Amino acid sequence: MANPTDLALNTLLAPAELKESDLDRVMDQLLANHIDAADVYFQTGRLESWVLEDGIIREGSYNIEQGVGVRAVSGEKTGFAYTDEIRLPSLLEASRTARAIAQAGQQARINVKSVATQHQLYAPISPLETMSEQEKIDLLRRLDAEARKQDPRVQQVIASLVAAHDVVLVAASDGTLCGDIRPLVRCNVHVIVEQNGRREQGSSGGGARHSFQFFLDEERALGYAREAVRQALVNLEAVDAPAGAMTVVLGPGWPGVLLHEAIGHGLEGDFNRKGTSAFSGKIGQRVAAPGCTVVDDGTLPGRRGSLNIDDEGVATQNTVLIEDGILKGYMQDKMNARLMGVQSTGNGRRESYAHLPMPRMTNTYMLPGQYNPEEIIASVDKGLYAVNFGGGQVDITSGKFVFSASEAYLIENGRITTPVKGATLIGNGPDVLTRVSMIGNDLELDSGVGTCGKEGQSVPVGVGQPTLKVDQLTVGGTSA
Amino acid sequence: MNDTNDMKQRSARLEQMVEDLLQEAKRQGASAAEAGVSNDAGLSVTVRKGDVETIEHTRDQGLGITVYFGQRKGSASTSDLSLQAITDTVKAACNIARYTTEDSYSGLADADLMAQEIPDLDLYHPWDISVEDAIEQAIICEAAALAVDPRINNSEGASINTHNGLQVYGNSHGFVGGYPSSRHSISCAVVGQQDDSMQRDYWYSSSRLAGELQSPEEIGRIAGERTVERLGARPIGTCQVPVIFQAEMAVGLVRSLLGAIRGSALYRKSSFLLDQLEQPIFPDFVHIHENPLLQRGLSSAPFDSEGVATGPKDIVAGGVLKSYLLGSYSARKLGMQTTANAGGARNVFVDSGDQDLAGLLKTMNRGLLVTEMMGHGLNMVTGDYSRGAAGFWVENGEIQYPVEEITIAGNLKQMFRQLVAVGNDEERRGSVRTGSWLIEAMTIAGQ
Repeated sequence: MANPTDLALNTLLAPAELKESDLDRVMDQLLANHIDAADVYFQTGRLESWVLEDGIIREGSYNIEQGVGVRAVSGEKTGFAYTDEIRLPSLLEASRTARAIAQAGQQARINVKSVATQHQLYAPISPLETMSEQEKIDLLRRLDAEARKQDPRVQQVIASLVAAHDVVLVAASDGTLCGDIRPLVRCNVHVIVEQNGRREQGSSGGGARHSFQFFLDEERALGYAREAVRQALVNLEAVDAPAGAMTVVLGPGWPGVLLHEAIGHGLEGDFNRKGTSAFSGKIGQRVAAPGCTVVDDGTLPGRRGSLNIDDEGVATQNTVLIEDGILKGYMQDKMNARLMGVQSTGNGRRESYAHLPMPRMTNTYMLPGQYNPEEIIASVDKGLYAVNFGGGQVDITSGKFVFSASEAYLIENGRITTPVKGATLIGNGPDVLTRVSMIGNDLELDSGVGTCGKEGQSVPVGVGQPTLKVDQLTVGGTSA
Repeated sequence: MNDTNDMKQRSARLEQMVEDLLQEAKRQGASAAEAGVSNDAGLSVTVRKGDVETIEHTRDQGLGITVYFGQRKGSASTSDLSLQAITDTVKAACNIARYTTEDSYSGLADADLMAQEIPDLDLYHPWDISVEDAIEQAIICEAAALAVDPRINNSEGASINTHNGLQVYGNSHGFVGGYPSSRHSISCAVVGQQDDSMQRDYWYSSSRLAGELQSPEEIGRIAGERTVERLGARPIGTCQVPVIFQAEMAVGLVRSLLGAIRGSALYRKSSFLLDQLEQPIFPDFVHIHENPLLQRGLSSAPFDSEGVATGPKDIVAGGVLKSYLLGSYSARKLGMQTTANAGGARNVFVDSGDQDLAGLLKTMNRGLLVTEMMGHGLNMVTGDYSRGAAGFWVENGEIQYPVEEITIAGNLKQMFRQLVAVGNDEERRGSVRTGSWLIEAMTIAGQ
C-alpha cells in the first residue's frame, strides 16, 4: 500500500506545480524572528450524500472543498489566514497576512522533509468510489423495506448514506511534512411510528474510516434499520421519566458520551493552559473511583475518531487520561504542549483548512472492569437504566455537563422494568466518576456516529465504555 | 475605486457566474436549475489578558447548483470558483440526478412568485476597522470585564468580528438577484472564582452597522456582572414551580416553535404541532409575527432561498397558529402554497407585554429564573422537553441566590399553553426578538 504522505503530496502539490522547495520558501517567509512556530495545511475533500425519504431517493449532493490554511504562532499569539486557491502566489499572500502577528525580523531557514506516515489505520482510498451509485441507492431502498417490514406501525423512514474523502498535507516549521488520506462513511436510519394517534421516533446508524462494504459486512446497515424501529416501538410504551437524584446504570458503548462531556473536554490542553477548566491543576489528584481508567486513543484501526496523524502532522497515540481513578494527563496540540512544557499527544485537530487547530478528542473510552452487566442491574433497588443517548454539552469552567437519554428504563428491585421517556441527565464532571461503584466487563465502542463541536468546529469522534453504575446522578424527568 | 463601485462590480461578477452555471446546466441537459454563489471576507481579533491571542483573516466563497431533469433532482457545491469547477460541479449535480427518483413535488418555486424587484434593506455597512484598532477595542472590552470585581480572576478573552458578504441566487425562470450584507460583533467572556468553584459567563453585541453595537466598555461590564452573579451557585431540591425564561433563553423556545411548524417537520409527521393550523396553541394574548423586510434586520432578506418575494406575516395571532413555514417542496407535499420560508424564518417578533423582568419576578413570586440552558433535550415529535439549566432561585418576587446543576422538564405543547406573560425586556441581538417568558409550572430536578 502506498504511503499516505506520498499520495497526499501527489494529490495536493503536483496539480499546482508546487515543489517541496516552494514550501520551504513559504515557511521562510512565515518565520519572522518572533515567530515560534508556523504551519501550512493543504486539504482537498469530496463529500457525497444520498437521502431516501417517503420511499424515494429524494436527494443527492456532491461537495468539493479545497484550500490551504497558514498559521504563524508567537508565544500565545496566533496569526491565521487561508485561501481556497492552492497556488504559490496565494500561499505567499496568506503567509504574509498570518505572520503579521509578530514584528518582521531576520529570516530563519527551514527545510521541510517529507516523512512516511507512521500509522496506517485505514486504507488510503476514496470511499465514494467503493460502490456504484446504483448500489448505493439500492442499499437505501433495502433499508427502507427492512424498516417497514419490522412493524406495520412504521409511518416514515428516512435513510441516509454519506461518504467523505479527505486528503491533507501538513508542512510545519519543525520540519514536519506529512500527509494523510482519510476515508469516512456514515449511514443513518430514522423512523417515525404511530399507534392510536401517538407518534414516536427512533434512530440508529454507524460509520467508519472504511469503504461502503462496512455497511454490508455483518448486515450492519440492515441492523440499523431494525434497531431504529425497535427503539421507536419501545418509546411508544414509555411513561414519564422520574425527576431527581438517583442511581443510574449506563449501558455499554454510546453512553460513553458521558466520558466525552463530563471529563474529556475538561482535559483538553487549551482550557488547562488558560486555567479555565474545572480540572485545571488537578493532575495527580483523584477524580474518579478506583478502577476507572479512561483513555483517548486515536490509533484504533478504522474507527470514526481515529487518525493516522493529527492535523499538525503528529502521529496519534493512546493517551491515558485517568488511571485507576487518578488524573494522569491532558490532551495536547503543539501550541498548548509547548506553552505547558510537555509533548503534543497527537490531539491537534481542525474542521478544515479554514479553521485553526486546537486540542480535540479522538476515541475516548473507559477500560472494562470485573462485573457482569446482570450483576450490576441486580444490585440496584430503584434507579434508571439508560442505554441510548442523543448529544451532550459541558460548561468547562463550572464542570457541569448534560447528556440526553433517548432510550431508558426504570430499574425496580434489581430488574429492568418500564421504559421511560427521554430525559436529560446532569452532573458535575470532576466528581461524577467518583460515584462510579461498579464497572462492567462488557466494554463496547459506539457504532461510529459521534460528531463533536467546539468553538464552532465539528470533528468526527468515538466514545465507549462498559456498563457503569453511577450511585447518584440527577435525572431530568417530569415525574417528581 | 470607491466601495460602492467595487461592490457593483463584484455583484455583477457573481451574477455572471450564476448565469454561467444555469447555462451550463441547460447545456448538460437539465430541464430546470437553480444556483447560488457567495463570497464573504472577514476579520476576527481576539485578545486575552490584555494581549493579542488570535488574528484571523477569513475569506470564504462557494457556489452551489441544483439541477432538475423533469422531476429528478441533483445538487453539488464547491469552494472553487474557477471556470473548470463550474463545469465539473454542474456535471456532478447532473450525475446525481440520474439516480434520484422522480418526485412529483420537486422543482423550482412557481415562476409568478419570484421577487419582481429587490428592495434595498440597508444590510451592508462595512466596518473599516484596522487590526490595531480592533485589538485596542477588544483590550478595552476585556479590561472593563476584569474591573467589575476582584473575584474575576481569569478570562477567555474579548473578540471583535467583522464580516462582509455578497450572495447571489438565480434560477431558470430567469430570476437573478443578490445583495451584499455585513455583520459585526463584539463579545467578551470572563471567569470568576469563589472558594474552589469557578463560573464563566459572557456578553456580546451584534449588528449590521458597527455604530449600533453596544460599546466595548458596556459589553465588558455586563460580561463581568453576569459572571459575578453566578458565583456560589448551587442545586435546589426537586420541585414543581413556575419558571421564567430570561429573554435570551425565551428566544430558544421561539426557535423550537419555528422548528415545529417548518414544512419538512410537518410532512414527515415529526412535529408536536401537526394539524394545528388555525388552532389555539398559546393563550390569546400571544402575537408572533415575521418581518423579513426589516431595515438592517439581522436575518432580513428580500427573497427566500428559492427567489420567492418575502413579506411580513402573522405566525401566531390571538394565540392561534396562523401560518406554517413552507418552501415550495413542503408546500406541494402538504397541498398548500409556499410561505416564502425556504431557508427559514427571518426576523421573528413576539409582542411584548407591559412588565419588565422585575415585574415578571414579582408576578411569579416564587420559582426559578432560567438564564442558561445546556443540551438538546427536545423531542420534536412529542414536544417532550428536558434540559440542563442554570439561573436564580426567586422568593417573594426577588432573586435569592444562583442555581446550577438542575434540569427543567415539561412538554412544549403544554408549556406554550401555560405561558402566563411575556416581558418587555426584549432580546434584540438575533433574528428572534422576544422578552422573557413566564411559564406556569415545570418540573425541576435537582438534589
